Amino acid sequence: MIEFEGLSIRYQAAGPTVVTDLNLNIGEGEFVLVVGGTGSGKSTLLGSINGLVPHFTGGIVSGEVRVDGRSTRDHRPRDLADLVGVVPQDPLAGFVTDTVEEELAYTMECLGIEPSIMRRRVEETLDLLGLADLRSRALRSLSGGQRQRAAIGAVLTAHPRVLVLDEPTSALDPGAAEEVLAALHRLVHDLGITVVMAEHRLERVVQYADRIIALSGPGVPAAVGAPPDVMSTAAIAPPVVHLGRVAGWNPPPITVRDARRQATTLRQLLIGHLPPLRPVSSVAAPDLGSTPIAGVKRLGVRYGSITALRSVDLDVHAGEVVAVMGRNGAGKSTLLGTLVGSTTPTSGHVLIHGRDPRELRGPELLEHVGLVPQDPADLLEAATIAEECAASDRDANCEAGTTRAILALLAPEITDLTHPRDLSEGQRLLLALSIVLAARPGLLCLDEPTRGLDYPTKERLAVLLADLAAAGHAIVLATHDVELVAEVATRVVIVADGDVVADGPTVEVVTSSPMFAPQVAKVMSPEPWLTVGEIAAALRVAGSGPATNTATNTAANTAANTGESA
Amino acid sequence: MATIEDRIPRATATPSAAPGAERERRWLHPMAWWAWAVGLAIAASSTTNPLLLVGLIAAAALVVERRRPDAPWSRSFAFFVRIAVFVVVIRLLAQILFGAPTGGIRVVALPGIDLPVWFAGVRLGGTVMLEPMLQALYDGLRLAAIIVAVGAAGSLASPARVLKSVPAAVYEVGVSVVVASTFVPQLVTDVARVRTNRRLRGRPDTGVRAVGGTMLPVLHSAMDRSITLAAAMDSRGYGRSADRSRTHRLLTGGALLTGLVLVVIGVFLLLGVAAPTWGAWGLIAVAAGLGFAAVSLTLAGRRSVRTRYRPNTWRAPDISTALCGAATAALFIAAARIDPAGMTTATEPPVWPSLPWLSLVGLAIALAPGWLTPDPPQAAP
Repeated sequence: MIEFEGLSIRYQAAGPTVVTDLNLNIGEGEFVLVVGGTGSGKSTLLGSINGLVPHFTGGIVSGEVRVDGRSTRDHRPRDLADLVGVVPQDPLAGFVTDTVEEELAYTMECLGIEPSIMRRRVEETLDLLGLADLRSRALRSLSGGQRQRAAIGAVLTAHPRVLVLDEPTSALDPGAAEEVLAALHRLVHDLGITVVMAEHRLERVVQYADRIIALSGPGVPAAVGAPPDVMSTAAIAPPVVHLGRVAGWNPPPITVRDARRQATTLRQLLIGHLPPLRPVSSVAAPDLGSTPIAGVKRLGVRYGSITALRSVDLDVHAGEVVAVMGRNGAGKSTLLGTLVGSTTPTSGHVLIHGRDPRELRGPELLEHVGLVPQDPADLLEAATIAEECAASDRDANCEAGTTRAILALLAPEITDLTHPRDLSEGQRLLLALSIVLAARPGLLCLDEPTRGLDYPTKERLAVLLADLAAAGHAIVLATHDVELVAEVATRVVIVADGDVVADGPTVEVVTSSPMFAPQVAKVMSPEPWLTVGEIAAALRVAGSGPATNTATNTAANTAANTGESA
Repeated sequence: MATIEDRIPRATATPSAAPGAERERRWLHPMAWWAWAVGLAIAASSTTNPLLLVGLIAAAALVVERRRPDAPWSRSFAFFVRIAVFVVVIRLLAQILFGAPTGGIRVVALPGIDLPVWFAGVRLGGTVMLEPMLQALYDGLRLAAIIVAVGAAGSLASPARVLKSVPAAVYEVGVSVVVASTFVPQLVTDVARVRTNRRLRGRPDTGVRAVGGTMLPVLHSAMDRSITLAAAMDSRGYGRSADRSRTHRLLTGGALLTGLVLVVIGVFLLLGVAAPTWGAWGLIAVAAGLGFAAVSLTLAGRRSVRTRYRPNTWRAPDISTALCGAATAALFIAAARIDPAGMTTATEPPVWPSLPWLSLVGLAIALAPGWLTPDPPQAAP
């Protein structure tokens, strides 16, 4: 269906090749996953399939891409619109019309399809993707998962043979992601559509893939193979694969089901061991004496007739990492907004160190609370990294060079003269984080920090957050990323429809919910393990002498727990 | 125990009790709303009677209130009303500052300066007289009524649906206009977001300096969004065109050029620049020119392969809405012929405006679409 023949793409004549000598034939009805770190050329490869690269973006292409025999050399993206459907990363930015139904018809209108056929296809597609109830809704009013399905439907009505998707689930909550992936799975199996998809969250998608194209950066040819083969060696792999490596399973499992079937012995081996306890929150130990860094009392927020938060109580103490989870639009960002004083509560109050954050301005605000927004680029204004860091030092009234030093620690590869907009998504996040950290805020808030982050950057972020919490910062992060939560959070708060529906230690909350459980927890259930790291550590202990060590480990945990409460 | 009455009545009783409630919700043809609004605007331009002008504004506002859909673009009506108020205020201020103090009724004496003769002898300020102020108010109201009528059409007719009715040849220009119009509300949210984030960096979020700082990030994100949208539209087949022959291209271009030349000549003759008696020829030339232009547009439209999904249809409510606009305009113009004094309220001396009955009928008809038309579809269930 799609033939890559010696495809190499570079953006500068002297620069490195972003895609290097790719020879590949993707067959009809195949589900191909493109993986790779940020900046490894995933979007470029996807764009080359319908000719957006180079017709729209520019670039120097050698070799050829043919889709159903049509070469992108002499077919522009619009000439391939009937063959290749492209779903952009942010569907909202790619919508042309106002309502779901109009959007579904748009591609067909451009292709000049007969009105009677258009009408029939719109109805079919509405049913196929479960959008029938939303047909006359405004696109802006849809939730994240609904938008993504509408965007898929909008290209599907043209009956394309190939569907290209760029990170379709990265901005979605686990439930909405399942919804979108189920729809894609159905398209591949029922209609034989070829799907090529890039995604960072391998734990969500790898089980659907027939083949994986692993990109490892400029100048290096891509590795192509079946998921188990690629996963057995790839640096970028979902937790379940890492678990397989730690446990010595060969080939590594790809799905939770595979892993669970092999995990019986592992579970038995670890009986009696317990993962190290994380600092416990005020909820678990209500008589905890210290005053919280952030205190939220009966907080309610309404936007017009919409209730974003109803009556939320939340105390965040120093050393805690609180993960706020919940559906898209459940009120997570609103909660963060009130913590930093950007959103005005309609009822109740928020106190940071006993002060109302709305009254804080300038350096005083910065040392109390900092927020890394959903789009870190919003914080950035300067033309170079050096200027940005200098401005940040001035804003926070701290010693010159503070921000730059933090950034050098987080992302040593970033150079002074780069334009902040030229950074990758992950690097931009780290820059925004450095700026916020320069003022050493007591409370650090992060809104969706892992959107578009690859595994290595995510690991770096997890280590950093754990260090910050150990240094006495309180951290609140709103996220959909269950794996990050499993790594770093000490406490999880689940928000639904403006209410807090669960609040407790991470282990208790995530293992009790199939939606928010990380892969390791699903494999190890009912034992309370959350991360591969915990299991690896426990295995080392178990390997050296199981019987005696079990007791000491438990005792140590109890001691740690008591110490925390005292 | 169920009786027979329990089962039968509901199905038959409800429709007769509330006939309007059962009507299907649908979009009215956008051109119907525009025809109605243009009718109101023509009516407004034919009178300076303040009561009638206020009546027209009220009629437009009432229909908007009843039939406005819940969509971002439909919130523009308030904006147009504000512009209308602003126009009236500016007109009155200009009269106070620069107007000649004719008439005999003194309202208030303000200090004034007479500018020297070489400055055309203009007088600034001075005594404010009632008569010219009334004249200014009526003029301002007339303009305000026209603005409100246009605003009403803008908030009743979806720009995307207007687009469905434009000729295929200018469709692509139309898309750019509609897309651009959706960028304005988006910019407003961007500015708010960037300002919030400036505060988070400990910088001023209000005042002149903040405006400078917000510009760059806002423009950046607007730019990013346009590029994404352009790529998405390209991948979805926007701008596909069928290949046509050289003769076709020549015909299209030739017809357009001939049409334009004819229109220019016709306007020249109509304005009586050459000889006043050639006016009839001018009219013919303009008509022929427009005809050629229409032929050219049709020919150019053939190059586009586009089809239209569920095009707007003209049904009874649509036609009657357009007719209501036309009738209002016709009645106002007729009233102006029959009763010029009633339609052009005198200001010297000031008199209480009368209400010609023909124009009152016109006002009532202008209101009718608020009840004749179906409700717009709901945005959210």
